Amino acid sequence: MSAIPFDPVAFILAVPLAAAAILALLPGYRITARINVAAMFLTLASAGLLFVADRPAPNNYLLVDDLNIVFVALNAFVGFTTSVFSATYIGHELATGRLTPTFLRFYHAMYQVLMFAMNLALVANNIGLMWVAIELATLTTVLMVGLYRTHEALEAAWKYFILGSVGIGLAMFGTILVYMAARPVMGEGVGAMVWTELMVRAGEFDPALLNVAFVFLLLGYGTKVGLAPLHAWLPDAHAEGPTPISAVLSGLLLNVALYAVLRFKMLLAVNEGAIAPGPLMVTMGLTSLVFAAFMLYRRRDIKRLFAYSSIEHMGIITFAFGMGGPLANFAGLLHMTMHSLTKSAIFFTVGHIAQVKGTQQIADIRGLTASHPWLGWGLVTGVVAIAGLPPLGIFMSEFLVVSSTFAREPLLAIPLVGGILIAFGALFYRLNGLAFGEPRGPTPPTEASHAPMVAHLALVLVAGVYLPPPLVVWFQNVAGLLG
Amino acid sequence: MDGLSFDIAHLLAGGLVLVSFLMLYQDRLYALLNIFALHAVVLALSVAWQAYVQDAPHLYITAAIALAFKAIVIPVALHRIVQRLGIHREIETVVGIGLTMLSGIGLVALSMVVMLQVTAEADPLAREDLAFALAVVLIGLLLMTARRNAVSQVVGFMSLENGLILAATGAKGMPFVVEISVAFSVLIAFIVVGIFLFRIRERFDTVDVQALDRFRGERP
Repeated sequence: MSAIPFDPVAFILAVPLAAAAILALLPGYRITARINVAAMFLTLASAGLLFVADRPAPNNYLLVDDLNIVFVALNAFVGFTTSVFSATYIGHELATGRLTPTFLRFYHAMYQVLMFAMNLALVANNIGLMWVAIELATLTTVLMVGLYRTHEALEAAWKYFILGSVGIGLAMFGTILVYMAARPVMGEGVGAMVWTELMVRAGEFDPALLNVAFVFLLLGYGTKVGLAPLHAWLPDAHAEGPTPISAVLSGLLLNVALYAVLRFKMLLAVNEGAIAPGPLMVTMGLTSLVFAAFMLYRRRDIKRLFAYSSIEHMGIITFAFGMGGPLANFAGLLHMTMHSLTKSAIFFTVGHIAQVKGTQQIADIRGLTASHPWLGWGLVTGVVAIAGLPPLGIFMSEFLVVSSTFAREPLLAIPLVGGILIAFGALFYRLNGLAFGEPRGPTPPTEASHAPMVAHLALVLVAGVYLPPPLVVWFQNVAGLLG
Repeated sequence: MDGLSFDIAHLLAGGLVLVSFLMLYQDRLYALLNIFALHAVVLALSVAWQAYVQDAPHLYITAAIALAFKAIVIPVALHRIVQRLGIHREIETVVGIGLTMLSGIGLVALSMVVMLQVTAEADPLAREDLAFALAVVLIGLLLMTARRNAVSQVVGFMSLENGLILAATGAKGMPFVVEISVAFSVLIAFIVVGIFLFRIRERFDTVDVQALDRFRGERP
């Protein structure tokens, strides 16, 4: 369809960048929160157009294919709903004086820069450009995590910065090694860093060099995915930053880092002499899952609780992609989408809960369904979804992961199912206290926007009951690409 | 490439590893900062030599950045921050100096074994540069984990990054080397200016990470 007079790829990059510049300059909370939402809506619309418009031919820097469209669309959608949630959330933070107008301006600008960086990392056709984009995303989130400037927030930002930089450094070394492997075959220059060209010639690369490169890349980008034992930054960053950032971190940034790992996995799959990257990813995924499941029991902070649950789910997703094959890849993609939607919905409710209760300590929050029905039942639905109960979407994707594992590697299914069940128990043990019983502490009326949370959970419910056939075909196609 | 230019490249890259070792056993912050400045000078020389040997003039920019920014601006700025904030001048170690040095030697041996085996087919300059670069990266990691002070962790990170720049310039004809070194410099400037001056000074009278570690919202 050449009727569309502009290039949607340029738009998903230019809109956030322009919005960041405008938001950095404009004062005033109401207008900037609206501009933030409007910019995210434009980005979402452009991302939607990617599905119908003619795809631009991949050049040395940008690429649109079936795989990254899924990620871009998810990114734009969750980015948009989070900006709606952020508008009410930030209003409350300003009213209570936790944020000053100057920092608010900074916050909105950084939000848009983060969206730009994530979109750039997703559409990059160049391993160097992708690295730069992920570094930019790390930097903006570090600054946002430290936004409240309390002891805890600074400690979290520092830890995130140190571990994130080490991860980024290792990923850089891996990127250099991939270039070194490509250079003898493809010659010097930009060509040896372009995905589409690397994929064509990867069979001729030196396998030993590719193996070492992948280990560095998996450790480097795996730090950003939050895989154990490199996850230490993740709970702190989620707990101490503003809640919209927790939602975007869990829902989107972890996916973007995983996308980078997947691209390199595809590259290794082309080379016959290289190691199979699957077992490495399976091991890291299972370790994260089991470790996080046990850690869930000892959480006292509600945002930390769900941060560990993110580690658990990223573990499941990495495991599924590590298993590979059409069914496991399909399950991994579906699980990633469902987890993004559910986890950000949970953070939307948790953000409002922490605001009305004035605390994030689980022990101080009781009986939410009685005092704040919308928040309470929203949280219950979210936890039911994230724990993997039918009929919600995560049940279906976890079922697919488990059943495909049983069919191929029954022994691996034991720790997988064990981890999921342990996490299930922990979540309900905590939920019982949070949602039911006598309300405790202050119960002021809420000024919350429930629409984003309802929209996400409705989508998760619909996906659990009925997946539209075009979506299934699309995911099957992508699962085939992933190999 | 003739023998002499190869030897000089080798000498400079090996020198970088040696200076990394010097950083491992410093127990005073000022001394550590001075050694880091030396590290950056050696890196600048090494990159400039690569620019000359590979006939790649854009690498001179990377060398200039290393010299001006990392050898002069950052050490001076950190000196002043340490002075202004009254940070402890001694470096508190997690692991003893002897053990750290031994681990450092182990890491260098590891990177030699891994890289020299893997890159058997690459040209000799690139492969030895890469082995040295990996050693510098790993020692930087060691420095970050074996020290408690925030300033020495930053220095560890910067030396890690010097190793990456060495690897990137050694990979002949790699695009974006200049851009990457600029991106890293921006990152470092952000840390030094942002985290130290604006954030940490507002609330803390120490930049010792252990003092930051006081509370995590988890303990009852």
